[in-house]
Amino acid sequence: MSLQQFMNEAISPWMKQDGPDSDIVLSSRIRLARNFSNIPFPTISSEDNLEKVLNFFNEEFRSESFRDYKGFEIVKMSDLQPIEKRVLVEKHLISPHLTDNSEHSASLISQNEQVSIMINEEDHIRIQLYFPGFQLDRALEQASQLDDWLEEKIDYAFDEKRGYLTACPTNVGTGMRASVMMHLPALALTQQINRMTPAINQLGLVVRGIYGEGSEAVGSIFQISNQITLGKSEEDIVEDLHSVVKQLIDQERRARQTLMHRSGIQLEDRIFRSYGVLKYGRIIESKEAAKCLSDLRLGIDLGFIDHVPKTILNELMVLTQPGFLQQYAKETLSPSERDIRRASLIRERLQLENKE
Amino acid sequence: MECQRCHNRAATVHLTQLMNGEKTEVHVCEQCAKEKGYMHDHEENFTLNDLLTGLFNFEPKQSPNGQQTGTQQPKEQLKCPKCGLTFKEFARAGKFGCAECYKTFDERLNPILRRVHSGNTHHDGKIPRREGGNLHLRRQKDQYKSELQRLIEQEEFEEAAKLRDEIRSLDDQLQDREEGES
Ligand SMILES: [Zn+2]
Ligand SMILES: [Zn+2]
Repeated sequence: MSLQQFMNEAISPWMKQDGPDSDIVLSSRIRLARNFSNIPFPTISSEDNLEKVLNFFNEEFRSESFRDYKGFEIVKMSDLQPIEKRVLVEKHLISPHLTDNSEHSASLISQNEQVSIMINEEDHIRIQLYFPGFQLDRALEQASQLDDWLEEKIDYAFDEKRGYLTACPTNVGTGMRASVMMHLPALALTQQINRMTPAINQLGLVVRGIYGEGSEAVGSIFQISNQITLGKSEEDIVEDLHSVVKQLIDQERRARQTLMHRSGIQLEDRIFRSYGVLKYGRIIESKEAAKCLSDLRLGIDLGFIDHVPKTILNELMVLTQPGFLQQYAKETLSPSERDIRRASLIRERLQLENKE
Repeated sequence: MECQRCHNRAATVHLTQLMNGEKTEVHVCEQCAKEKGYMHDHEENFTLNDLLTGLFNFEPKQSPNGQQTGTQQPKEQLKCPKCGLTFKEFARAGKFGCAECYKTFDERLNPILRRVHSGNTHHDGKIPRREGGNLHLRRQKDQYKSELQRLIEQEEFEEAAKLRDEIRSLDDQLQDREEGES
């Protein structure tokens, strides 16, 4: 596995497996924030200290393997071109914040890209673990084991009263952010999601659109995650999230049925129009692409369209973002050049599939 | 002012970043801010900073023994002995400098944590194996104790006696460990 491979494939190998409820839940993620006890947090750490942290991982973990994840590749931010960084962000392998302190930050990425350990982000260590579909429990279990494995070698900053100590007071305690990525086109279309958000917030959970800010989600993709990290156990946080996601899945399925019954033809029209744009369009902006891909996915789930595999949609969602487009073009593109490239890439990909 | 990143659009997002203890100003357009992930960070930090600054300005007035602002001065100048971060700086950036900061600012943290974590100020989750020390045993003991209480109330004395022995053995273990440490 090399950096080149991380860059080439739009979707990570783990995403190709199907998970439970994968018609609605795209992925489940657990992120744990951890710090070395005796080194200042990256927010104020000296260059020497940041280097110390980086070297520790470079030496200790370069060829280590944890369970099924055979070997970690260390990807140093200072070795990357701006477009390469962007590609890794678009694949959710690193956070945008990690690329800010490029000099001394890195990420350890497992071969199947299911695990990434960010080094010198806001905290010294951010462990990220993804599972396809709705598998929060499994993600938590495995993240916790990975955490134990690291703790054997690292003195964590931990306090009996406050738990795992983090740079930001919003992460202290469990240091855990659990999140689930959901495709909720029917709830978005009927605006029910907006009405549900306040109730979800009251449970200490947040709903975010993944591309837009606030609750405005482009492509009807929403991320649900916990806001509170203190005073609740990891299991309780995951359980709360689990029950809310379960309800959202039910509501989404119900809303889809209602839409089918009440305005089936309008829905069908919308889906096929979007399919038409993707198949024949010559200029497609990223927002439009996201919307059309969402419609197409819904069309597949509802059985209107049966010859396009969903993995292609996952792939296109990532591929059509600016970093990937430019990585493919091997040059920097202006926004209008990107819109043209995007359209042709989508056309090609869909045509390719139709022939099979 | 033009955007520092794309040099194309006008800079509409102005941020101050604290990196390696140094402040850098960032002026970018909205699109670049989004692309760089600033917007998200910005939003989150902004509310938190507002909150912290709010608390910071507010607290001296509601001091329990009615002290005047003059006597609050030393508190505002609270400084972490390990990393040198002052409470004022913490309040401004919303970020701690090191693990020790939590101890240094301990007294002032509860109201902040309570607001951020729906009233919670104490960790109730995972305990790391090594760093957790005796916390595992102590938590177990607390759990046994409340269970003992319940058994006694339900007059299940035989079970209660067993549990009491368990608690005693935990106490012994704790004592051994604490002696070993010092
Ligand atoms: Zn710009
Ligand atoms: Zn400190």
